[in-house]
Amino acid sequence: MLVVDGMSAGYEDFRALFDVSMSVREGETVAMVGANGAGKSTFLRAVMGQVRLHSGTVHFDGRDISSLKAHERVKLGISLVPEGRRIFPSLTVRENLLIGSFAKRSGPWTVERVVTMFPMLERLLTRSAAKLSGGEQQAIAIGRALLSNPRLVLLDEVSLGLAPVVVKQLYSALPMISGQGATVIVVEQDIHQALAVSDRVYCLLEGRVSLSGEASTVSTSDITAAYFGAAI
Amino acid sequence: MSWLNALVQGVLLGGLYAIFATGLSLAFGVMRFVNLAHGDLAILAGYLVLSTASTMGVNHVVSLPLVVILMAGIGYVGQRFLFNRTIGPDPLAGILCSFGIGVVIQNFLLARYTATDRYLDAGPIETSTIRINDSVSIGHFSLLTFVSAIVLLGALQLFLSHTTIGRAFRATADDPSTAQLMGINDKRIYGFAMAIAFATVGIAGFFLGARETFAPASGPNQLLFGFEAVVIGGLGSLWGTLMGGIVLGVAQAFGNQLSVGWNLLAGHIVFLMVLAFRPNGLFGTGVRT
Amino acid sequence: MTSRVVRVSRSSLIGTGAIALIFVVLGFFPLYGSDRMQVTLVQVLSYLTLAIMWNLLAGYTGLVSVGQQGFIGIAAYALFCLAELNPVDPFLSIPIAALICAAISVPVALLVFRLRGGYFAIGTWVVAEVFRLLTLEINVLGAGNVQSLTTKNAFSGYGLELRKNLVFWSAWTLAVGATLTTIFVLRSRLGLALQAVRDNAEGARGLGIDITRVRLFIWVIVAGWTGATGALIHINSATVTNRDAFSVASWTALVVFIVIIGGVGSTIGPYLGVGVYWIITEQLKQQNTWRFIVLGALAAIIAVVSPKGIAGLLRRWKSFEIFPVTRRLEVGD
Repeated sequence: MLVVDGMSAGYEDFRALFDVSMSVREGETVAMVGANGAGKSTFLRAVMGQVRLHSGTVHFDGRDISSLKAHERVKLGISLVPEGRRIFPSLTVRENLLIGSFAKRSGPWTVERVVTMFPMLERLLTRSAAKLSGGEQQAIAIGRALLSNPRLVLLDEVSLGLAPVVVKQLYSALPMISGQGATVIVVEQDIHQALAVSDRVYCLLEGRVSLSGEASTVSTSDITAAYFGAAI
Repeated sequence: MSWLNALVQGVLLGGLYAIFATGLSLAFGVMRFVNLAHGDLAILAGYLVLSTASTMGVNHVVSLPLVVILMAGIGYVGQRFLFNRTIGPDPLAGILCSFGIGVVIQNFLLARYTATDRYLDAGPIETSTIRINDSVSIGHFSLLTFVSAIVLLGALQLFLSHTTIGRAFRATADDPSTAQLMGINDKRIYGFAMAIAFATVGIAGFFLGARETFAPASGPNQLLFGFEAVVIGGLGSLWGTLMGGIVLGVAQAFGNQLSVGWNLLAGHIVFLMVLAFRPNGLFGTGVRT
Repeated sequence: MTSRVVRVSRSSLIGTGAIALIFVVLGFFPLYGSDRMQVTLVQVLSYLTLAIMWNLLAGYTGLVSVGQQGFIGIAAYALFCLAELNPVDPFLSIPIAALICAAISVPVALLVFRLRGGYFAIGTWVVAEVFRLLTLEINVLGAGNVQSLTTKNAFSGYGLELRKNLVFWSAWTLAVGATLTTIFVLRSRLGLALQAVRDNAEGARGLGIDITRVRLFIWVIVAGWTGATGALIHINSATVTNRDAFSVASWTALVVFIVIIGGVGSTIGPYLGVGVYWIITEQLKQQNTWRFIVLGALAAIIAVVSPKGIAGLLRRWKSFEIFPVTRRLEVGD
């Protein structure tokens, strides 16, 4: 469903990705792991259209979307849960969720369904989103992305800065997402968490793909080598 | 005695300043853009009312809605094709560009219409008054201006808090990059925000022009008043802006009571005092709208 | 492997030399030049000084003020007070006016520094307006009536020829001094601090740079120079009117346009901008309104489309320096 070919992308003075190629089949959950600064977030943002490509293409459902802007890609069914949650402080929790449906795509996701997935949000709906805990904000960010009824969900470092028990709670909701038929790309620093939820895994090292394989069969030593760049 | 009348007139004048301030506030809140041409645009609207009215052979009141729509259109186009390019962390380009445009507008109006004082005619409502008592009377038109300010601010508040687009405005104001992830075209939102701001400027220009004479050089003062109303009121709420306008209006009215011609100075000094002692404004919530 | 910081480059030597030469040649103008041209030059040099200073304030320090006309007006009335109402030499009033403006600029800063960006700009405009309105109230200053500097009082002892030439040399001195001040400031540690703040204000603060003090320092210097130029301008016109002395159009708009067109934040910008101003003023002769429209539209477009102005365009064609104000790291072997 998603085919990335030879992607090179980066920022003003700084190239973050070099010739990255990967693909995701519909319904799959793919993990992308790598150390800090490996380019994982840049990759997701490039797929989303928030980072310009220097070269390479992105195809979604067979269509070349490389030159589409981010808000246009949302309308096609791609949604990103950004690094750092980035919830809107001026909006209430409910408004944060509702704004996710701005693109008016049809589908099963509603505020009620999100609350079913994350029950702790129920009593928070009218509260200002600014003063909540990291875990609550992450739940909102995920729910908000889902409300655009995406076919491809991009999760960027969902576990960052959160306690393990909260992370577990968040990831336990993942089956509800892929269960709807959505394709998911999970970016994670935590390898075990990533392998536990995904079908296939890619590893990025300094902007290049250093490994790709089935989550169930890839060995710890292979992954470690690909992650750090040398056998440890 | 006439101090009470001054108070009443000042409060009503505050309504006019609040309308001015609204456009300035909206542009800043959503786009971090301070439009230094704001006052000149109001004067431009005044002249547009004059011209469209005479061209179409209708009175000024009838041409107001047309001018408001025209202004909104200019605002949208101006934002999308010119001002959108100035958005970013450095406010320099936006300030300088709008300053230049303000000067161009002033001089263009001067060339086209000369420096003769003009006024708009809103009909007999301009001079009819309600006599409260011997020293206090309320002009119907001033009252209409004030009520319009409240209606406008109320409508805008409702728009921001209860509509999907309004929500999109607030989200874009918070975080334009993440707003894109919601499917919001931030460039277009900026255009709409500016269209609304320009529309309010058009309305403000009409009320100003009907209330007192105007000339090409009248713009800058209105910019200063609008800005002072925003700062006195404090950022964060539209109602704070109304209160800021009222404080400014009353300050000017009291200044005039003390000595005719002291109104401008009194207003500016009250503003400087607020800036010195309560820089966050008198009614601000501290959070952006 | 050794490395050193190179402060002077070949192009900056040529550039500085060229500018210096032009100034030296100009310095002798009263001896060989026409009267009409001399009058024009005084105006051009005045605008150059104002532009250099505004560029330092807005381009290098990020303080976009549209209220500098306040200092021009204060200086004008100070000049009137000193030279016409009191027996102070008018040309001595120039540095005195500068000091007065510098002093007044400090409490002004305390107020307006509470604002940022566009709101800061409007705030400076308000302050200028307050000064204008205050001078209307002071009777000894004529309460708004046109005031003249007369040969009886202000210019007693000055023949017309001497007066004209002293006006020219004062304008020349102010322009040269502004140039030297800019070079000096940018080459100093203060200049380094300015560059750091310009690049990354938070990072600069983290390095221990007191941003407020840096900004205040530049603000006061610019206020002083602006005041000096304001006094000179009014010696030249020998008249002080409230509206004109505090005119935002004459003393701020034109200056801002000049700097934008030339290139905000570049050392050569003001010089290029003044050149454009001169050409357009000559072309449009007495049509003040059209001068504002053309320069204003040009500036508005450049501010958005090509923010580095003519200087930026030139730099894209060929990298160069006019003044030795940059620091380059050269890694030798």
